[in-house]
Amino acid sequence: MPHRQSLSTLGQMLRRREIGSEELVHHFADRINKQQDLNAFITVDTDYALQQARAADQLLAGGNPPPLAGLPIAHKDIFCTQGMLTTCGSKMLGNFLSPYDATVVRRLKDAGAVTLGKTNMDEFAMGSSNETSHFGPVHNPWNRDRVPGGSSGGSAAAVAARLVSAATGTDTGGSIRQPASFCGLTGLKPTYGRVSRYGMVAYASSLDQGGPITQTAEDAALLLQTMAGFDARDSTSLDAPVPDYAASLKQNIEGLRIGLVSEFFDPSLDPEINAHVREALGELEKLGAKLIDVSLPNSAAGIPCYYVIAPAEASSNLSRFDGVRYGHRSESYADLQALYENTRAEGFGAEVKRRILVGTYALSAGYYEAYYLKAQQIRRRIADDFSQALTECDVLVGPTTPTTAFLLGEKTTDPVSMYLDDIFTITVNLAGLPALSLPVGFDPSGLPIGMQVIGNYLDEGTLLAIGHHFQEVTDWHLHAPGEVA
Amino acid sequence: MNEWEIVIGLEVHVQLNTKSKIFSPTATTYGAPANTQASAVDLALPGVLPVINREAVVKAICFGMAVGGTIEPHSIFARKNYFYPDLPKGYQISQFELPIVSGGSIRFEVGDTHHDIRLVRAHLEEDAGKSVHDAFGRLSGIDLNRAGTPLLEVVTEPDMRSPAEAVAYLRTLHTLVRYLDICDGNLQEGSFRCDANVSIRPHGQTTLGTRTELKNINSFRFVEQALDYEIDRQIAVVENGGAIAQETRLYDADQGNTRPMRSKEEAHDYRYFPDPDLPPLLIGDDLLEEARAALPELPDNRQARFVSEYGLTVAESRQLTRDRDLADFFESAVVAAAGDASGVANWMGGEMAAALNREQCSLEDVPITPAMLGELVVLINNGTISGRMAKTVFDALWQGNGSAQEIVDLRGLTQISDADSLEKIVQAVLKQCPSQAAQYQAGETKVLGFLVGQVMKMTEGKANPQKVNEIFKRHLDG
Repeated sequence: MPHRQSLSTLGQMLRRREIGSEELVHHFADRINKQQDLNAFITVDTDYALQQARAADQLLAGGNPPPLAGLPIAHKDIFCTQGMLTTCGSKMLGNFLSPYDATVVRRLKDAGAVTLGKTNMDEFAMGSSNETSHFGPVHNPWNRDRVPGGSSGGSAAAVAARLVSAATGTDTGGSIRQPASFCGLTGLKPTYGRVSRYGMVAYASSLDQGGPITQTAEDAALLLQTMAGFDARDSTSLDAPVPDYAASLKQNIEGLRIGLVSEFFDPSLDPEINAHVREALGELEKLGAKLIDVSLPNSAAGIPCYYVIAPAEASSNLSRFDGVRYGHRSESYADLQALYENTRAEGFGAEVKRRILVGTYALSAGYYEAYYLKAQQIRRRIADDFSQALTECDVLVGPTTPTTAFLLGEKTTDPVSMYLDDIFTITVNLAGLPALSLPVGFDPSGLPIGMQVIGNYLDEGTLLAIGHHFQEVTDWHLHAPGEVA
Repeated sequence: MNEWEIVIGLEVHVQLNTKSKIFSPTATTYGAPANTQASAVDLALPGVLPVINREAVVKAICFGMAVGGTIEPHSIFARKNYFYPDLPKGYQISQFELPIVSGGSIRFEVGDTHHDIRLVRAHLEEDAGKSVHDAFGRLSGIDLNRAGTPLLEVVTEPDMRSPAEAVAYLRTLHTLVRYLDICDGNLQEGSFRCDANVSIRPHGQTTLGTRTELKNINSFRFVEQALDYEIDRQIAVVENGGAIAQETRLYDADQGNTRPMRSKEEAHDYRYFPDPDLPPLLIGDDLLEEARAALPELPDNRQARFVSEYGLTVAESRQLTRDRDLADFFESAVVAAAGDASGVANWMGGEMAAALNREQCSLEDVPITPAMLGELVVLINNGTISGRMAKTVFDALWQGNGSAQEIVDLRGLTQISDADSLEKIVQAVLKQCPSQAAQYQAGETKVLGFLVGQVMKMTEGKANPQKVNEIFKRHLDG
């Protein structure tokens, strides 16, 4: 069955004409249709996908098809797509049709990928469980009572359930890696600036980064190859050459120095998670890597630091949703002030409002120095910790998350406990580094466990090599939830 | 009144005349149909990002160089957050803590007094769109064509001591930005907008009084009126035992007064913070060189050169260099006039200045070119036409009736200078007016004017008056 194949394998099958893109679209559309209860998608447009698939089949029939020709993928609904709704998981953009494609979307389209639909997500990417979505929570395919993680929960659930072979996500504090970990997938958050943010609805501009959620490191390399690269429309995108990631996969990891971050292996760490991550490290040792102990002393400040900076930026980024030009507009208002108040009161959900309020407060006169400026200073120290540690080793590792997927509703009444789920991922965004989450086992209740590998700036290649070599000697990435078989 | 010292500081929004907007590639042409110059970035659609326009940066650097300010190698764009329908992002991108230009000064004379107004800073920012409140019944319209137009905000120290000084500063700044070709200077279209901070204090006091900020002043005349009104108001308040409230006041040109807009308590908290979408603006040698290459001769230097190179008076030179177009016109016309700078200056300071003033138009609106004016001066100097005819020719040039030579030919305006023709006419006049001839010979020499006038009458003004004079004298003095 094609859905049991990785994206890379499907690509080879398409090139060998063993299968057609149109057939793939029918197959995956059928699976999406049968598993609507997962609520992984906000928009599915089969007709549009079939149209793209037929065009791709023609390219495949001719010579020299583009690298992703005919491969169906899904986009997190944070990426603007021309001709398909872009809701960002919010009532505010429930009716929003973008007149332009995000750079990521355009690049993948130009490379021949077929857009099957748009995946569910936490509203404006604010959440770690996909429960803040205006379109309802997403269920974890491994256990439908549990969350898939967030904010890219729809993308992760869709790939885990093999409703699509791969999907895009975005990661501001762990939103690619945490759901990848909860769903037993490979998730890559590239270096800040590696992938253009143009057309990605902004949550926290200095932290947001798009990346792939896939079954394998090889698939992640395949998508990153197209997604990465300088974009003149994004002033924060990095004008650096994009390496050949397929070649990076084969990079030798013998002698590679892997730093075990002591703060990530705190005695309070869940013993099952600890055991599986250490087991995975043992595999890497067998492959020739050297393990050393390192420290990131300011890690504990990561969550408070993030929850000042991200909401501060969000409070400003979300000001454009005012009901004046597009998106939701309240039907009841007597004057301008009421138009703003009612539109935003109706259009935003509770978590988004909470972060706008927190951010507005943090930037207000009299508080700016104590909160925003202080947080920027801490951010600098956190980044310095990483730079220091990365002089002692080539990559850093630890668990991706402190727990496996929790129950739906378990943390919704306690935002801080929800925030703490990002404790291992969040500092990476503050430093702007790339990081990869890999499946490394299951807890006793059969829920996936993820290991995070953090690399140096623009060194996605080494992360992908580690992931690929690991996946050549393990089969955690091949496990799929029951329905998939 | 004399016991009060007036303290004025100005903030001018200079609209930079770049081809595209400050953070998007959208065109900036004035007067386009509403919302036709508003791209995804200008509309603040979800996901769009700003990219700084290099041309705007170069123009800001040019300004900094011209005023002798510091071009900061590292400046920061910040977000100024507030909600307004014509502000699409809900924040304006501006520069707050670290502007692109710090310091510098603007120098000018009022009468014989030299003034040197210190600048605090000049920073780059984007303009908002426009709200249209009177065209759609009870609804308002939003036109985002102007949203994202680059502005350079030029802020002075509180260095001005009278409304006249403030106006002189504005005129000098206005001249400068047009010289630099960084702004079209069009006040009606809002390309040069002024806010004024004004306070009073007893003479001798060193601390500043409580200031009010006057907004919405868009002509030099209004600046003076608004300041005069506000100063009188403040003095009246204080002399009646009251205190000035720190507030923003709106100038109403129709009423000729100012009225409160918002108090200090109502002032917005703009929650400035560095824009995470824009990295620090780094000014390297390439940008500095580009700006230096674009920097024209500055008004002060040009004025001095006009005195030394063309032998003009300081007053003439100042008049001609107050506007770059005027100065350019002058220099081209001098070439066309075979180097007669004083002749060209006379025409430009006299007939042409009067005509421009009368019709309230600028050089680019009139058909007369430097070549035409130069030719006119040549025709006078070589005796082809008289000074009187020249005025007729100038009027025709002003109307766009062709070149000076064409007009002279077409209207047969060539001066009669040949001795034989004039001799005959003089003899005829002497025959007709024997008594006046006798009067002259009896010593009443001023009657010569009457005799010459008769010749001019007979020749419809074409006779060369100097030659006619000589012939009469030869006859009568003999």
